[in-house]
Amino acid sequence: MLKLQEVSKVFRVGAFGGKTMTAVDEVSFEVARGEVVSLIGESGSGKSTIGKMVLRLMSAQKGTITFDGDDVTKLEKRAYYRKIQGVFQDPFSSYNPIFKADRVFSMIKEVYFPKEADRIWQDKVAAALNDVRLEAGQVLNKFPHQLSGGQLQRLLIARALLLDIDLLVADEITSMLDASTRIDVLNLLADLKSRGLGVLFITHDLALGNYISERTVVLHQGRIVEYGPTEKVFETPEHAYTRKLLASVPQLHRKWEGV
Amino acid sequence: MTLSVQDLRVYYRTLRGDVKALDGVSFDVADGEILGLAGESGCGKTTLGKALIRMDGRMKLVGGQVELDGENLPIGDTVKMNPFRFTEVSIIPQYSMSAMNPTRKIGRMVRELLDSRGVTVDTDELHRRLDLVELSRDVLTKYPLELSGGMKQRMVMVISTLLNPSLLIADEITSALDVSTQKAVVTTLKGFRELGFVKSMIFITHDISLTNQLADTIMVMYAGKLAEKAPADTIVNRARHPYTQLLISSLPEVGVRYAEKKLTGIPGNPPSLLNPPVGCRFQDRCPLAFDKCREEPPAVEVEKDHFVACWKA
Ligand SMILES: Nc1ncnc2c1ncn2[C@@H]1O[C@H](COP(=O)(O)OP(=O)(O)OP(=O)(O)O)[C@@H](O)[C@H]1O
Ligand SMILES: Nc1ncnc2c1ncn2[C@@H]1O[C@H](COP(=O)(O)OP(=O)(O)O)[C@@H](O)[C@H]1O
Ligand code: SF4
Ligand SMILES: [Mg+2]
Ligand SMILES: [Mg+2]
Repeated sequence: MLKLQEVSKVFRVGAFGGKTMTAVDEVSFEVARGEVVSLIGESGSGKSTIGKMVLRLMSAQKGTITFDGDDVTKLEKRAYYRKIQGVFQDPFSSYNPIFKADRVFSMIKEVYFPKEADRIWQDKVAAALNDVRLEAGQVLNKFPHQLSGGQLQRLLIARALLLDIDLLVADEITSMLDASTRIDVLNLLADLKSRGLGVLFITHDLALGNYISERTVVLHQGRIVEYGPTEKVFETPEHAYTRKLLASVPQLHRKWEGV
Repeated sequence: MTLSVQDLRVYYRTLRGDVKALDGVSFDVADGEILGLAGESGCGKTTLGKALIRMDGRMKLVGGQVELDGENLPIGDTVKMNPFRFTEVSIIPQYSMSAMNPTRKIGRMVRELLDSRGVTVDTDELHRRLDLVELSRDVLTKYPLELSGGMKQRMVMVISTLLNPSLLIADEITSALDVSTQKAVVTTLKGFRELGFVKSMIFITHDISLTNQLADTIMVMYAGKLAEKAPADTIVNRARHPYTQLLISSLPEVGVRYAEKKLTGIPGNPPSLLNPPVGCRFQDRCPLAFDKCREEPPAVEVEKDHFVACWKA
């Protein structure tokens, strides 16, 4: 379904854009329907940049990104976003503070389901909220600052689900959720996956990536250092960087050394 | 005792009534103690952190007393809080990294920030601290975009502790970081305590495995109330509150896979804080609930330093 071929992104930095930095360096991988691919790496490794290019929030300098064989930059945006949606790390940035948070739902209704009867729409919203374990009464009709980070994040996931998409780009979506909610969201993704959704699961949390993904891409300074079936990456990591990441995962019953 | 909080109640005013985000929470933080604060999203952690430093316009102090270093902390009065804020109690807010102004160089931002708080920058001290966290001094001439998440986070840590506050509140500062950077942040925070840059700390996070790497004590909140507080080791190995037990059992350890072992969250939702149920707030989801749970369980010290608010504990 989604295929990246030697995709690169170079940013100009500094006051006059005099310096450049390669955030993504010739990255290639695929995500199929019904599959979760996790994209793992430390902060700054280029994960979000890849997500943004896939979502066409940024353009790539080199390489191609295709969706079912079509170059995504050539697709009509509205049709593309009917198939693919993103949810990001920092939920606050996705809301306009002057509007109620549930405007994110009415906006997609206006654009994608203008003919749907209000009653049916409300039921759909309630069902999507239920999937992310929110109660309509607690979160609807409130301003973003009246909700906690985790509540806002789950509203965004619910919105993506309402569209019945093919691919979800989930960029660190669980980092603001507590352990119990996080497991529910992961199980929900796994359930949607079995119904055919493809997920690009961007995370810095190896335990979560391992829990739900079929395949894992490990990124280091914009380059792929390891790519393969999740069990293999976790059990017999080939790259020193992957081994280092695995060794520093905090574990409940084991204290870090040298801290 | 650095901090002593007695029966703190902070509500948010809304058109539909008060959201009882903190509803009678009492605890102490000893000198040199790092308190980890955990709990479900929306349970009031950020509210607690904000209440101790700056109430926003909709927050209302309904009751309670806070003492910092034996002195009353006037948290209900934003003006009277001015002399304490940043000098005695400081915060690294949730999403502080993404809140950095992208068009300002870091150095200028630091200066403006300190100016706004009426402090002049001691450049030598600032440089010394940058060296300590292994940030090169040229970060001051860079834009936030040029720094990695870990670098930004270390920068924020340096700024917020520059005046050696007694209490530092860190709200989810590691949630967005990868594991090796998390480890560096935890090491830095411990180092700050050792060097006396901060005396005590409240470290808010969802991640109990991570809290356990840093905190001396862990406090678990549920729906605006304290559920359990004990030494970190006790919470991890011998939690007595059903909510803490369930929270810990829903943690994925590395190696667990959905296809092989499906983990489960805690069924149900936390109650609405507009009209929370009378009695234990966990009763609708608690597998052990019985009649008595319709009365509110007090927080009881079941063994030394181990407080639990549950009739069955
Ligand atoms: N300005 C506000 N007006 C009304 N309710 C609010 C306001 N701010 C927060 N709340 C509510 O107060 C409760 C506690 O929010 P708080 O931000 O303290 O949660 P939290 O424990 O920090 O959650 P998270 O882990 O998701 O960051 C939530 O139910 C939230 O919806
Ligand atoms: N708009 C931008 N302009 C300049 N540099 C950027 C921009 N966005 C990201 N970067 C840089 O690109 C690198 C990769 O960033 P990002 O994709 O956000 O990493 P990750 O999501 O893996 O943490 C980082 O060094 C970051 O500072
Ligand atoms: S007081 Fe009752 S409902 Fe509350 S946690 Fe204890 S047993 Fe469960
Ligand atoms: Mg990112
Ligand atoms: Mg919070």
